[in-house]
Amino acid sequence: MSATSARPSPAPSTSGAAFIFKKSLISAGVALVLFSLMIGVRTEAGPQGGLIYWTRFDDLAALVATVFGGSIIVELLRQWWGPVDTERMVPKPVQAAMSFVGRWLAPALLIFAFLIPVIFYDQRYILDLSILVLTYVMLGWGLNVVVGLAGLLDLGYVAFYAVGAYSYALLATNFGLSFWVCLPLAGILAAFWGVLLGFPVLRLRGDYLAIVTLAFGEIIRLVIINWQSLTGGPNGVSGIPRPTMFGIPLTPGDDGLAARLGIEFSPTHRIVFLFYLILAMALLTNWVTIRLRRLPIGRAWEALREDEVACRALGINVTTTKLTAFATGAMFGGLAGAFFATRQGFISPESFTFQESALVLAIVVLGGMGSQLGVALAAVTMIGGFELFRGLDQYRMLVFGMAMVLLMIWRPRGLIGHRAPTVFLERNQAISSDLVKEGHG
Amino acid sequence: MSDDILAVDRLMMRFGGIVAVNSLSFTAERRKITALIGPNGAGKTTVFNCITGFYRPSGGAIRLTHDDGRNIQLERLGDFRISKYAKVARTFQNIRLFPGMTALENLMVAQHNALMRASGLTFLGLIGVPSWREAEQRAIDLARTWLDRVGLLPRADDAAGNLPYGDQRRLEIARAMCTEPALLCLDEPAAGLNARESGGLNELLLSIREDGTSILLIEHDMSVVMEISDHVVVMDYGVKIAEGTPQAVRDDPKVIAAYLGADEEEAIAVMESGT
Amino acid sequence: MDYFAQQLINGLVLGSIYGLIAIGYTMVYGIVGMINFAHGDIFMIGGFIALISFLVLVSLGLTAVPVILLIVLLVSMVITALYGWTIERIAYRPLRHSFRLAPMLSAIGMSFVLTNFSQVSQGARVKPVPPIITGGYTLHEGPAGFAVQLSNIQIVVVITTIVLLAMFTWIVSRTRLGRDMRACEQDQTMAALLGVDVDRTISMTFVIGAALAAVAGMMYLLYYGLVDFFMGFVAGIKAFTAAVLGGIGSLPGAMLGGLAIGLIETFWSAYFSVEYKDVAAFSILIVVLIFMPTGLLGRPEVEKV
Repeated sequence: MSATSARPSPAPSTSGAAFIFKKSLISAGVALVLFSLMIGVRTEAGPQGGLIYWTRFDDLAALVATVFGGSIIVELLRQWWGPVDTERMVPKPVQAAMSFVGRWLAPALLIFAFLIPVIFYDQRYILDLSILVLTYVMLGWGLNVVVGLAGLLDLGYVAFYAVGAYSYALLATNFGLSFWVCLPLAGILAAFWGVLLGFPVLRLRGDYLAIVTLAFGEIIRLVIINWQSLTGGPNGVSGIPRPTMFGIPLTPGDDGLAARLGIEFSPTHRIVFLFYLILAMALLTNWVTIRLRRLPIGRAWEALREDEVACRALGINVTTTKLTAFATGAMFGGLAGAFFATRQGFISPESFTFQESALVLAIVVLGGMGSQLGVALAAVTMIGGFELFRGLDQYRMLVFGMAMVLLMIWRPRGLIGHRAPTVFLERNQAISSDLVKEGHG
Repeated sequence: MSDDILAVDRLMMRFGGIVAVNSLSFTAERRKITALIGPNGAGKTTVFNCITGFYRPSGGAIRLTHDDGRNIQLERLGDFRISKYAKVARTFQNIRLFPGMTALENLMVAQHNALMRASGLTFLGLIGVPSWREAEQRAIDLARTWLDRVGLLPRADDAAGNLPYGDQRRLEIARAMCTEPALLCLDEPAAGLNARESGGLNELLLSIREDGTSILLIEHDMSVVMEISDHVVVMDYGVKIAEGTPQAVRDDPKVIAAYLGADEEEAIAVMESGT
Repeated sequence: MDYFAQQLINGLVLGSIYGLIAIGYTMVYGIVGMINFAHGDIFMIGGFIALISFLVLVSLGLTAVPVILLIVLLVSMVITALYGWTIERIAYRPLRHSFRLAPMLSAIGMSFVLTNFSQVSQGARVKPVPPIITGGYTLHEGPAGFAVQLSNIQIVVVITTIVLLAMFTWIVSRTRLGRDMRACEQDQTMAALLGVDVDRTISMTFVIGAALAAVAGMMYLLYYGLVDFFMGFVAGIKAFTAAVLGGIGSLPGAMLGGLAIGLIETFWSAYFSVEYKDVAAFSILIVVLIFMPTGLLGRPEVEKV
């Protein structure tokens, strides 16, 4: 579609103060109409049940003025920079420096990650945040198999996260199974659901697949909400057992880890343990993905993203190849879900909304489809950015949504704009992502 | 009885009410180059798509006979199985490489089924058993051999999408050959090539034939067809109008009318009066 | 039988609303080839603007209900259409020649923006309105005391839908704009070469889609008597389901699909369980896509090799 579409015609003369003024005036006018009722008038259910309203023309005026001023600034910047493109925004020497940094970035990040509990031992907040970030790194890496490598657009990834979380929660609370027994089970169950969904729907193309996976995610959530006898419905499952260190509980009791080691008990031990647990799980995901890329199955995934018809001509069973990608991604989602359940100790359907799927997908796309390092960086940026707006809780989704739009306009191909080959004869050179396709299924 | 690798018997292909291929029968001899020619819209690519499993024929039979005498009815296999089990490889009229993967990777993907077995359906490969490493090295060697044969060894690590047009054509043939096919089907391999590249292609195809792979090709470029084909089948409007050696076909008045000498309107006039 | 007839009426009314939203999805998909994820939220915004303008008009002392409704309809159509235009301009146009995933994520982002915008600006609580159009007819009184009702509001919803559909069909089939839209749907490059202003045509597609969604939002407000900031999400998915069911890209298909989804949902709630009505609608989507990927009225896609 995009390749054959007409090029946008060159814009008419866009210089001069009068032009900028006129354009900003139009923007302000549009803003005035858009916000007139939504901002200018505030409605609320009154004390008697009827509706009451009051006006907020000062807010409206402020907002319109902001749009006017902002649009002048944007226009000025645009004239100053010229057309936005990354080649110009990042000069060549900087790009060279970045590629040097890029080579050492991944090992440096890894070492830093290992040291986090040492450096920030006393800062519970940072440890909690790091665990959260790593959970999303793992989810991102898991979804990357489906979206980034195989080119299958999955908007219902959270369903597998939920399957993993509820599998562990229900198995542990009902049958008393331990975390280490449940973890693989959660992964297997999620993969099983992935196959179950994938089998009928994977012959669909592109956007249809996206909407079906979205519907599947919603179905899972609605079933969790409504099947109260099993899942506790909207109240969720509580009292999920905490993980043990291979059988040794991290509790203050006599058989706890602290007592056995003869050190003083601290609740931070458990946090640190959880941190290393999710770090290990994320690194396992990464290791498996990197290995799989160099195996025939991984190459077939990428080939599938590039050209499905050519794959069929080469004797590749497209259906099973897609299914394995879907199941692998689902399995990692399920493992991350089990971790989420044991970390929280409580899960409810609220944690598994479409917003989570969108967030993970945004991490994958922003990371640069298929790039492991990019996904990790994107997860740090997104979750970290999210945290910055913690104080402005009610504006979080507003900012997140705007950030998604702006990031897509800025870098539609994501942060890491190249693909590393899986095998080479002489030179291991990266491939520009302009050549890399993004799949149609 | 001649040694045929492919026997197409009364092949029919309908799209809605349109008959694209009407009761077409021909054979392709083992270790020979058979050319399928005809004017635009004659139904050549449709025949190809039936043979290689992209279309399911409306009627008729396509039989492939392997060297060991094993017969496979291609019309019953369909889709990826044709390449996997029947060992029929193909290229496309508008090149279909994996543009974001390197030339070498393209050839590795072509060895998917062999490598999947060697990697123990991924599991043995994941833990890196030695037999898998050997198999992978063999696959790389095979890819290297083919890159060398099509003259792309220096560009092995370049993205396929970055290669010039002629190189992409040859890479696609190399990729098809990496599936180690019994029958290689080429859809207009010379399209868009200059005279020098076209000459190189001829040599490549002849050397593939010498190695024992049978070739079925669709071609517009008559110099290619006349130089390397052992047998030519001429199609027009979905039916076979002639077949024989290149010389015989070239001298056939019906073919001349339909295709070679006459311009299109004239050819149609001759066709209608002739049948 | 009476119960069935009543559900049939309810389902058709609900289906009209879904159909109006579905047209926006199907039009945009036909021309730009993207799922406009924010469309469900456009519908929600339309409902809010109808609510606010209604409230303002009533407090200004206007009492003639038909006049109020007409003004509310026009205001919400115009303002919501401007929302559609702005969103296309900001979030989609810069990405029109970009990669397939970029506009989709941009649309998801825009959907979050709209949801949160109305949550922040109008509060998170459900906004109830008193019934504006009351009364109705009893069509049939059953022996068991169950009466089949056709309320005036149901009549208004269906008639408005029919009138708008007629207008809309006229625009697409008879006007210059409609011709341009159909041309862009076939081949944008060719349309541009033949002098069609592609940018303007795409903008107008979003404008018309948003205006129809605004009508749907207003009808929803009148019919259910409430709006809330989150209603766009589920309604959006269901309307998209309707568009797919009818065959995406097909305008009569969207309406037909809307009616089908409305009926399925209503009957499922009436005869099986209310809790699982959304599950039923989404399951229908999956089943339809698997067995009938081109929908009821869609054109089959021929695979080119």
